[in-house]
Amino acid sequence: MAKMPLQFSLNGRDTAIFVNGGENMLETLRRGVGDMSPKYGCAQGTCGSCTVIVDGQPQLSCLTLSQTMEGRSVETVSGLSDGPQLHALQQAFMDGFAAQCGYCTGGMLMAAKALLMNNPNPSRDDVVEAISGNVCRCTGYEPIIDAILDAATKMRGRAM
Amino acid sequence: MASSSIEFRKELFADERPEDLNEIGKPKQRQDALGHVTGRTAYFDDHKFEGLLHMRCVRSPHHHARIRSVNTSAAEIMPGVVRIVRPQDIPNNMNTMLSIIGFGRDDEALLQDKKVAYKGEPVIAIIGETELQVRNACKVVQVDYEVLPHVLDVEEALTPQAPVVNEEYPNNTFDYHDLYDHQKLRFGDVNGAFAKADHVIEGEYQMSPIEQAPMETCGAIAAPETNDRYVCYTSTQALFFSLGLSAKFLNVSSSRLHFIGGTVGGGFGGKVDSLHEPMAVLGSMLTGRPVKFMWDRAEEMQVGAPRGAERWRLKDGVMNDGRIVAREFTGFFDAGAYTRLSSYAIIKGTGHLPGPYSIPNVAANVYCVYTNRTPATAMRGFGITAVDFAIEAHMDKVAEAVRMNPIELRILNAYRDGEMKAHRRLAKNTALIECCQVAAQKGNWAIRPEFSAMSSLQGDSAKVDIPPTVVDHDGKIGDRKRGVINDAAPSKDGQVSDKPTSTVAPVTATQAMGEAAREPARVGADTMPSRVRSAEQESMPARDLPQPPAPTPAPPPAPAVPQQSAFAAPQNTPSDPPSTPVVPSTQQEPYTRGFKRPGTSPFVRGTRRR
Repeated sequence: MAKMPLQFSLNGRDTAIFVNGGENMLETLRRGVGDMSPKYGCAQGTCGSCTVIVDGQPQLSCLTLSQTMEGRSVETVSGLSDGPQLHALQQAFMDGFAAQCGYCTGGMLMAAKALLMNNPNPSRDDVVEAISGNVCRCTGYEPIIDAILDAATKMRGRAM
Repeated sequence: MASSSIEFRKELFADERPEDLNEIGKPKQRQDALGHVTGRTAYFDDHKFEGLLHMRCVRSPHHHARIRSVNTSAAEIMPGVVRIVRPQDIPNNMNTMLSIIGFGRDDEALLQDKKVAYKGEPVIAIIGETELQVRNACKVVQVDYEVLPHVLDVEEALTPQAPVVNEEYPNNTFDYHDLYDHQKLRFGDVNGAFAKADHVIEGEYQMSPIEQAPMETCGAIAAPETNDRYVCYTSTQALFFSLGLSAKFLNVSSSRLHFIGGTVGGGFGGKVDSLHEPMAVLGSMLTGRPVKFMWDRAEEMQVGAPRGAERWRLKDGVMNDGRIVAREFTGFFDAGAYTRLSSYAIIKGTGHLPGPYSIPNVAANVYCVYTNRTPATAMRGFGITAVDFAIEAHMDKVAEAVRMNPIELRILNAYRDGEMKAHRRLAKNTALIECCQVAAQKGNWAIRPEFSAMSSLQGDSAKVDIPPTVVDHDGKIGDRKRGVINDAAPSKDGQVSDKPTSTVAPVTATQAMGEAAREPARVGADTMPSRVRSAEQESMPARDLPQPPAPTPAPPPAPAVPQQSAFAAPQNTPSDPPSTPVVPSTQQEPYTRGFKRPGTSPFVRGTRRR
């Protein structure tokens, strides 16, 4: 299968790589680039473990054809913190016991970040809607919802 | 920050503990939380290997079928295919998980070459350069199946005309103590109590199999390492199960296997079965390259072993005032096609009967049944959760029948400190009454003042002793033996044993992790099934086997050191010593059960440690 060149921005850094014709972005990020933070959970677009942010919107990398990412801005959870300084969402997930096995956490954080970028003051229902495509088998979701609302409050306080 | 929802009721049993809890009750950061939120936690699939190969299995589309032939010639020439892995490539292709503690006989192949017994059972594995190439190659493997009749219901599987699911257990039941087709519990005389009860209330409860559905599917990556070793990154939640069983399957010393686990993307019991590690290591041995064997989501759901479904029939003898005087169980545990951990789940579940209640007469027959369903395995309290559902649903039914407040019914029958439980240990540190009282209060559910005043500390002195227990006419507790198909429920015949009840010592009746099951509590030869050596054990060369223990018609009068499982609580009932001292055998016993097939790894055979 022919290899195609692909250039995109990954967590703010320019990235160039050759990809196979039918390759999906989950494979490209994990095996090609080496960013292992998006996870394989179903490869069918139903679990959300592979969620990344593309140009500000949450997207399932397992259903994203890599070639369509040409020139786009892709964010993964490995770029969420500012060096050692954790993002408010990361701190809230840690403090609120919103991560147990951790497998869904990266995708969950990306879905949450995309929500707060578009809606800094979400209602509980907004949060539930935003993470409705992300399955978690450990927590029962409540700690995750609480953590996202907690982070939103802290981020608004910081902005003011 | 989200506050903890845990509420401590420290006023309860306050004098039973010093107030020195420095950490419990306070939020504590998980040590792995930072890795999780930064995406740096490395699961088994997050390790990169140059030249990684992929492995997939060709799986049975039938519930039950004989394999006539397998034709891989088309797959062999598909692009990217590196190696076809056949059953005969596996040095020791027959196993049962608990053989690692000498419990049960080997009954399951890693790749099946004679007969498939559940839908999705693997027949052939293919290793190739990319996952897509391996998928395509698997599609062109031709397997000629002779479809056999299948059985999917536990009670149908016990009928004489049912197809044999598992050749190792032709009666479709696991053999306990190599003699019995079920695990049994007898305590007092249920039939006598039913005759005197005001009500007899029956119910049947059926649970479903439940898939653990971890977010990370099961898998392993193995690669050649230095010194002729193999490294294996695995999702297992039971690293030493996986290590020991891989050594057994592959007939190598476990010192040649470098297993790295510990980071599990959700387990819930579904990652103990040790199917991936031996396959990945074998693939690496056969190709000399790193090999990944990982289920996709569809495989995880179809062939990932679920919580086994259970069917329970309960029969309670109840007095008008709500006292439950007898409770009888007939349980059917759907093991699926192979044993895995179901044999142990039943021992655990039977020990749990009759739930957290003091009932003076209890009988149970519990069957580990093979059906042509996906084999069952561990999941979150397996063996306990389903029977608790049955018991609590039945408690509500009893409450309705005697027109009683269901919480008051539970408080009335709850076990209390110092009372004898059906598995012959004294209850201690009980708290069901207090839980019921707090639950009633939280739920605004009124209970009468006398029930609010009851306490778990007030054990009934009439319930301290083991009651005279009914045995069968041949002197054994229980009625149904292997190969005899009749009514599955505990029998209505039998008589109260004239033996003093203290011959059943409380502490020796409890089994830990199943290993005690092959060494039944020695409470006198006549209550103990005789040990029968299998023909294959007999035929094994003597040099491989230490001498078996001589039959013990009567325990010799020797030092009164009770034999105890390492996991059993210390014996603390000096006032009620067993009248028949249990004497540990000084002879070594062969550790061969489960390893009786020729060619078994020498590294897993040995003598049992005392």
